[in-house]
Amino acid sequence: MNAIVISALMGVVMMFSGILTKRNSTVRYIAITGLIILLISNVLELGGSRFFDFDVRNMLSFDSFSLLFNTIAFGSTLIFVLLSGKDMEKVGVHVAEYYALIFFILCGVGISSSFNTLLMLFLGIEIISIPLYILTGSDKRNLKSNEAALKYFLMGSFSTGLMLMGIALIYGAQGNFIIGYGAKSLSPLMGAGLLMLLFSMAFKVSAAPFHFWTPDVYDGAPTVFTSFMATIVKAAAFIAFIRLFSGSFGNVHPQWQIIVAIITAATLLIGNITAVFQQSVKRMLAYSSIAQAGFMMFALVALNNKASEGLIFYTAAYCLSTIGVFAILIKMKDYTFEGFNGLAKSHPVLAGTNAVFLLSLAGIPATAGFMAKFYMLSAAINNGHVLWLVILGVICAAISVYYYFRVIQAMYFKDGEVQEIKTTPAFRGLLIGIAAIVVILGIFPQWLLDNLYYFIPDL
Amino acid sequence: MIPVLLILIPFVSGCISFFLKSGNQARVWALLSSIITCIVSISGLVYFTSNAQWTADVEWIPALGSHFAVEGDGLGKLLTLLTAVSFPIIFIATYKSSYSRANQFFALMLLSQAGLMGVFLATDALLFYFFWELALIPAYFLCSIWGGERRIPVTFKFFIYTFIASLMMLVGIIYVYTKTPDQSFALSSFYNANLSYQEESWLFWLFFIAFAVKMPIFPFHTWQPDTYEQSPTATTMVLSGIMVKMGVFGVMRWLVPVLPTASWAWGDGVSTLCVIGMIYASLIAIQQDDLKRLIAYSSIAHIGLMCLAIFATNTVSMQGVMIQMFNHGINIIGLWIVVELIERQFKTRKISELGGLAQKAPGLAILLVIVALANVALPLTNAFIGEFLMFTGIFSSAATKYNVVFAATAGITIILSAIYTLNMIQRVFYGNTNTLTAEAKDVRLNEKMILGIIVIGIIIIGVYPKPILNITQDAVDSILSRMVTKQL
Repeated sequence: MNAIVISALMGVVMMFSGILTKRNSTVRYIAITGLIILLISNVLELGGSRFFDFDVRNMLSFDSFSLLFNTIAFGSTLIFVLLSGKDMEKVGVHVAEYYALIFFILCGVGISSSFNTLLMLFLGIEIISIPLYILTGSDKRNLKSNEAALKYFLMGSFSTGLMLMGIALIYGAQGNFIIGYGAKSLSPLMGAGLLMLLFSMAFKVSAAPFHFWTPDVYDGAPTVFTSFMATIVKAAAFIAFIRLFSGSFGNVHPQWQIIVAIITAATLLIGNITAVFQQSVKRMLAYSSIAQAGFMMFALVALNNKASEGLIFYTAAYCLSTIGVFAILIKMKDYTFEGFNGLAKSHPVLAGTNAVFLLSLAGIPATAGFMAKFYMLSAAINNGHVLWLVILGVICAAISVYYYFRVIQAMYFKDGEVQEIKTTPAFRGLLIGIAAIVVILGIFPQWLLDNLYYFIPDL
Repeated sequence: MIPVLLILIPFVSGCISFFLKSGNQARVWALLSSIITCIVSISGLVYFTSNAQWTADVEWIPALGSHFAVEGDGLGKLLTLLTAVSFPIIFIATYKSSYSRANQFFALMLLSQAGLMGVFLATDALLFYFFWELALIPAYFLCSIWGGERRIPVTFKFFIYTFIASLMMLVGIIYVYTKTPDQSFALSSFYNANLSYQEESWLFWLFFIAFAVKMPIFPFHTWQPDTYEQSPTATTMVLSGIMVKMGVFGVMRWLVPVLPTASWAWGDGVSTLCVIGMIYASLIAIQQDDLKRLIAYSSIAHIGLMCLAIFATNTVSMQGVMIQMFNHGINIIGLWIVVELIERQFKTRKISELGGLAQKAPGLAILLVIVALANVALPLTNAFIGEFLMFTGIFSSAATKYNVVFAATAGITIILSAIYTLNMIQRVFYGNTNTLTAEAKDVRLNEKMILGIIVIGIIIIGVYPKPILNITQDAVDSILSRMVTKQL
């Protein structure tokens, strides 16, 4: 509850800060302070102290699962702003608005990670989506940015429509909006509702065959916001996805498992194989985010304890690495693979940390990405019905090595012109810090996951 | 304590080496570190032999039931000894080679040594997988940065090959883990996993492919000659001398004892692959004009024999494999040193462009001939002991109906290996000198010393192999006690 209230308030504060001060750096410092407060208040709530206590009529519930995810999401946002805040100022003049929108999105993240009824799910997802449409089109003079925003808006509204219809059908079937009501059997009404919700959520997490908007939108949006969209927002959609499906449809899991498994397989194949053919690193990362979504879908296929643990860990690993890669990408002038040639010689810190992030995305041991994939694979193997999917996933993980390592090859094994990239020592230090976290989480995953069990798990 | 030291010393000194400024500092640092590791390893064999000193077990990821558990049994001791002895030899032999960014080169070499040590010592499957990959990553960078012209595509092929295979093994590991009675990754729990015969038989291939790519066994070998050819020589020595042993080791530690029934059932299939690979590789080796490729193919043949001997499943053949793993490591490093010397002097590795070296460089010639004869497994050399044991074991194997066929077909490769090795010696060292070799100089002192040490080692083990056989006896017994040794 702390997080939802504070983030909404901070959103308003940020809107007015644009009027009160014209200096971008002041706005940035206010945003960073706000994020720190948000993070701390959320951690405090994890420890049991709530600042606000509203009667929400049990429409929201803050368990350790949702709070731990919020912590990861807010922490990642903080890192994102620290790394790329200055680059946000280059997008346009309305810097304060961007921060306000980000805080509103975080409010949506807070709701969609802790909803208890379908209404709240809808609210959360919409609060996330609408500011995102604006952010995508924030580079107003750029045609691609406008196109992306329009595309995203049209497709997004369509999927929202589907979701509403699904919710209505489920209301018809069970007589209320509560998730966790536990459908004992799948009536036709319920089944139709399930499918609609499945499709609209698959759209939000960009799972195949609902992924077509992703590359265009990610490519067209200003790179800073792509970074935010591809990480925190996507992770939040996933948390909502698994919360909804384990709560509402957990009892009839065997009946829809195969559909989700097929969607997962398609996502893995399309994401990985298309990424191989990309020439631009930014577009490659868009497809890689589809591929990574495929791996996160494993949690939904397996739907057991390991899976929800794994999803939490996966989001942390994926957010940290992707934010890092994007932060470095933003600094590059040339977004093609050749643009990275010889980076290791001219900028060893950027190249070294980038290599760690890419290794983590590829799932090489001793990075967080490996442990994340490990959890997903073991969840699916534990489930026992989807071994074919596990083998497919492993093959796709090997394919992903190809395109992630192309960047490493360009940085380390090829020679290129020395580029002028201005970075502050603080930026480099932060990158090293994130890389260190990625490695530490890869070796001691329990430092994150123990928090899930320290507080009573009630998912 | 000893296993932890063996992993930590190279790991820490490797990390430090990244921060050293000059190349010479890094060179000396790496050499020192490897010598210390070597001393620790030898003293572990001679003075600190108790079990307590060779085991360490700390909880690592409690939620998963994974421990940082390392233990040196006979097999582990022998292979860590090989790793510990090889690295100083490699560093001294290539002491004069200059590298750009030498500090990174030596750092990665030391890190790969740490990974190798971990692989040979881990008794926890997850830890084993960690080290398995950690040995691969530095090797990938070493080959891709300091390799030959076609290094990037070639090493990438090598990396993708091994990575897909190890992911398959990861699936296998997780599957076995879910079937263990106490949900743990420990080797002992893996032994007690509840697996039906069907499960064992497909799991077998998940594990076997990972090891087969590493060894490499036909038809998974295509990465190997290219990679050996393109890598810097010091890395090639690590790859061929030690890293291929990871595959053989994996089969002995993690495959046949964990999945005994499937290993017995698929034994003939695997043995057939081994025999085909041996003949095939030997025939190709005869055709090669490039020294590095010749040695690479001969190595495929030798490793094939080791894998064949494992599946013969008796004490004699197992002992043969153990001792031969050590011998093959020493011998092939010796061969690479000679190739390195030749390449540095004449800037070529083509057999057809060389000739008459014996007149100009008698010291080199004598040393090479002994190493090469060990490669052919002539009596009095170390490889003779290993191959003799393996052939005896294969011939008298009770686990397969086709023991005689396998032994006879594999025996052909001894003749073939004599053909390509002696042919190589003849064309490189004897005959008339040409314009290129007329100016040849003999080897330097440090090179002579290292080759001398290797030759002495070859002969000592060839005459008196008992100490090594004693080290590995317990490992042989414990592996065999878990295997199906007879036909049902």
